[in-house]
Amino acid sequence: MSYNILLCGVGGQGTVLASKLLAAAAQASGLSVHSAETIGMAQRGGPVTSHVRIGDDAYSPLIPKGTADLIIAFEPGEAVRNLPYLKQDGALIVNSVALMPVTESLHPSGYDPGKMLNYLKSAVKTLAVVDANALCAPLGSVKFFNVMVLGFATGAGMVKFDREVLLSTIEASVKPAFVEINKKAFLAGAAEGETFIKEQRGL
Amino acid sequence: MKKEYVMGNQAIALGAIAAGVNVVCGYPGTPSSEIIETIAKHNREKAIHVEWSINEKAAMELAAGASYAGARALVTMKMMGLNVASDALMSLAYVGVEGGVVVVSADDPGPISSQTEQDTRLFAKYCRIPVFDPSSVEEAYTMIQDAFAYSEKYHTPVLFRPTTRVDHAYAGITYDDRAQPKAIPGFVKDSGRFVIFPRLSRMNHEMIEKRNPQIGEDFSSYWGNTLQGRKDSRKAVVAGGVSYAYAKEYIQDREDVRLIRVATPHPLPESFLLNALEGVEDILVVEELFPYLEEELLMLCGKHHKNWNIYGKHTGHSPLAGEITAEQAALQIGSFLGDTLTQEAPGAMPQPPARPPVLCAGCPHRAGFYAVKQAMKGRKANFSGDIGCYTLGNAKPLDMVDTCLCMGAGITMAQGLHWTDPETVNFAFVGDSTFFASGMTGVANAIYNEADLIVCILDNSTTAMTGHQPHPGTGVNMMGDVVGAISIENVLRGMGVTTVITVDPLDQSAAIAAVKECADMRGVKAIIFKSPCIALSKPVAKARVNEACIGCKKCIREVGCPAVTFAGNRAVIDESLCTGCSLCASVCPVKAIQVSGKEAR
Ligand code: SF4
Ligand code: SF4
Repeated sequence: MSYNILLCGVGGQGTVLASKLLAAAAQASGLSVHSAETIGMAQRGGPVTSHVRIGDDAYSPLIPKGTADLIIAFEPGEAVRNLPYLKQDGALIVNSVALMPVTESLHPSGYDPGKMLNYLKSAVKTLAVVDANALCAPLGSVKFFNVMVLGFATGAGMVKFDREVLLSTIEASVKPAFVEINKKAFLAGAAEGETFIKEQRGL
Repeated sequence: MKKEYVMGNQAIALGAIAAGVNVVCGYPGTPSSEIIETIAKHNREKAIHVEWSINEKAAMELAAGASYAGARALVTMKMMGLNVASDALMSLAYVGVEGGVVVVSADDPGPISSQTEQDTRLFAKYCRIPVFDPSSVEEAYTMIQDAFAYSEKYHTPVLFRPTTRVDHAYAGITYDDRAQPKAIPGFVKDSGRFVIFPRLSRMNHEMIEKRNPQIGEDFSSYWGNTLQGRKDSRKAVVAGGVSYAYAKEYIQDREDVRLIRVATPHPLPESFLLNALEGVEDILVVEELFPYLEEELLMLCGKHHKNWNIYGKHTGHSPLAGEITAEQAALQIGSFLGDTLTQEAPGAMPQPPARPPVLCAGCPHRAGFYAVKQAMKGRKANFSGDIGCYTLGNAKPLDMVDTCLCMGAGITMAQGLHWTDPETVNFAFVGDSTFFASGMTGVANAIYNEADLIVCILDNSTTAMTGHQPHPGTGVNMMGDVVGAISIENVLRGMGVTTVITVDPLDQSAAIAAVKECADMRGVKAIIFKSPCIALSKPVAKARVNEACIGCKKCIREVGCPAVTFAGNRAVIDESLCTGCSLCASVCPVKAIQVSGKEAR
C-alpha cells in the first residue's frame, strides 16, 4: 500500500518546498514516489495542497479521499477543509496560527480558528497542534515553518525516512546561504516531534 | 542517461530534447508554461532556438516555417491559446509538415486556472490531425518523442494534450541528457507544396481523409493503447489521460473487468478497440471534459452493429463538467462493477472560510486600480479587464473589473461599450505582456474608428500570473540574450496616441491626476502605470499601525491588502507580507499607519 502525505495551507506559506523535500527524500531512499502541486491562480492567497504518494501501487498523483496517512496543515481552517482526505487512523499536524482571509475582515463569515481546532481534536486521534509563530521565533521568521514541520513529522515517526536523508536533501535543495538555518529548523522540529510522540505514548 | 524527479512539463521538455528538437516556441499559460522554461534551462551551447513568442499564433507560424526547412519544432500553449493559434494550425494541417511539428496544448479540467473547459482531443478531430493523450509524467516523456516520429512519418502536425494533473504532477524519470538537436536539411523551395491554394486544399483534404484511417490502424498497435483483464469478462472500463491513472488505481490487477486505455484518441485506433471490446456487453467510459471517447464508441457501435451498453456522460453516469477526482472515478467504476462501496457519511464539520485568490500584498496593480477608482468617483465609468493577475482587481473592495473575456479583449470590448453610450468614460486595463500578445491591434482599431477610450497599461515588467516570464518589453529573451526592449510608450505614440502618460501607481496623487486629465479628453488616451511586480523586487519598507488608529477600518474597506487585518479594535499589519507600498497609509484618515525604512520614494 502506498504511503500518502497531504500538505495544505494558503498560497505563499511554503508548502511546495516541503512537499518537494519529502519527495526528494523518498526518491533518495530508493522509494517510488509521485506528487502533485497547486500552481496558478490559487497561489495568490487561495487554498493550496500538495499530494505526495510513496509506493508502487500509486498510479495517479492525487490522493483519493480517506486514504492520507498523514496531513500536514499550515493553517487550522485548511486542516478542516482537507480532513476528508485523512484515513481513519491517520495522523494530522496542524499549525494553530490562523490566516484571516481579506474577505473575512470585510464581510465576517465568523471564521473561528478555535472552533476548527476543537473540531480536529474531536475527530483526529493522532493530532499534533503546533504554534508556528512560537516555534519559529528563535529562527527569526515563520518562513522556516515548512522545514521545521518536516522535522516534527520525522521526529514523531510519522514519516519513515532517515533523518540523515532528509538533512542531506535539504542541503542539496535550498540556496547555500539558507542551508544552516533550514537544518536548524529541521532539527528543532525533530526535537519537538520526539517530545510529542513520547507524551502521546505515555498517555 | 540521468535520473531525476521532475514535473510533467519538465518531462515533456526533456522528451522533446531527446527527440532532437531544433525550434521551441510558445506563449505562457497555466498549466503549460514550464515546458519552455525547462528547454531554455537545458539549452547547452544554445543549440536549440527557444523563445516566448508574442502569442500562440505567431509561435505556430514560426514552427511551420522551421518545419518546412526540415527542423523539428515544438509549440507550447494552454488550450485557449490553441484558439488563437488555430488559424495557422488548421491550414498547416492541410499543407502538412516536413520536419516534425508537435503542438502541446495543455487542457485544464476544473477549470483550475482557465476560462473554458474545452477539449483538445476534439480540436484534433476538427483539424483532422493525430493527438496523443498521456496519463502520467513518465509516459509524457516517451510519448512526446513518439509524437515527433508520427509527425514526420505522416507529414502532419501532431497535437499533444496533457492535462493539469499530468503537467503539474511529479515523478522520477530517466532521461537522455546528451541528446543533440537533429541536423536540419534546409528549406527546399516547392511552391506547389508550401503555398496554400483552394486546389491544393481540395486535393490534400482528400488525401488526409484517406490517410487518417491508416494512422488509426497504425495506432492500433501503439504501446499506449492497452488492454488488461480476461477476455471472458463482459464489462469494460474505457479511459484516457489521467482518468486512466485513477481507473488503474481502483482496478489494480483485477481480471474480472477489462481496462482499456486509449492514448491516441484521434485518429481512433478502431481495430484495437474492436478487438479489445470483443464479447463485451457493458462499457463505462471515464474521461474528463468532452464525452469524446464515449461518442467515438457510440459511433463504432453503430458502424459495426454492436450490442453494447455504453455508460458515460450521455447516460448520467459521469459528471458533465469539472475535474474528475480520483475518488469520483473510483465511485463510478465501483458502482459499475457492483462492488460494495463504503462511503462515509460526512460528519458535521465547521465551515472553513472561503479564500478567493487576491492580488498580493503591495501589488502595484492595486494602486493603479485604486487611483482610477478615486479619480472617477461620482462619474459614470466602465472598467473592462483582461487576462492576468489584474483580473483579480474584480475582488471587493476594489471591484474594478466589470468585464473579462479573453486575452486582449478589454481594449476592444471597451470600444463596443463606448458606442452604446458615448457619455460614459471607458477604461481598458491590460497588462504589459497581454498588450504585446493581443492588445496592440485593439488600440489601432480604436484610433482608426475614433472611439473614446482610456487604455491603462498595468506595466509590472513581467508576465506575472503564469510565473514571471519575460516579454518584448523586458529586454531579455529565452536565449539568455539582452535585447532591445520595445517601449510601450513608443508603440502607442507610433500608432497615433498623442496622450500617453507614464506614472508610478504608488505615487497616488500623480496617478489620480493623470486619470483625471485623461478622463476629460476625447479620443484614445493611454496611462502606463509602471511599477515592478513585488514578487520580483525586494520590499522597500514596512508599514505599522500605531496607537492613533481609531478602528474605522477604512484601510480594509478601501484597499483590501491581504497584509492588513483587524484584531481587537485596531488594524494590524502582517509584516511578513507587507512590502511598504504605502497605499493603506494614504487612505488612513488619522495618519495612524507609518511606513518605515523608506527613503527612495
Ligand atoms: S503598506 Fe499597507 S497596503 Fe502596502 S503592502 Fe503594506 S500593508 Fe499592504
Ligand atoms: S504576482 Fe505580482 S502582479 Fe501578480 S498579484 Fe502579486 S504583485 Fe501583483
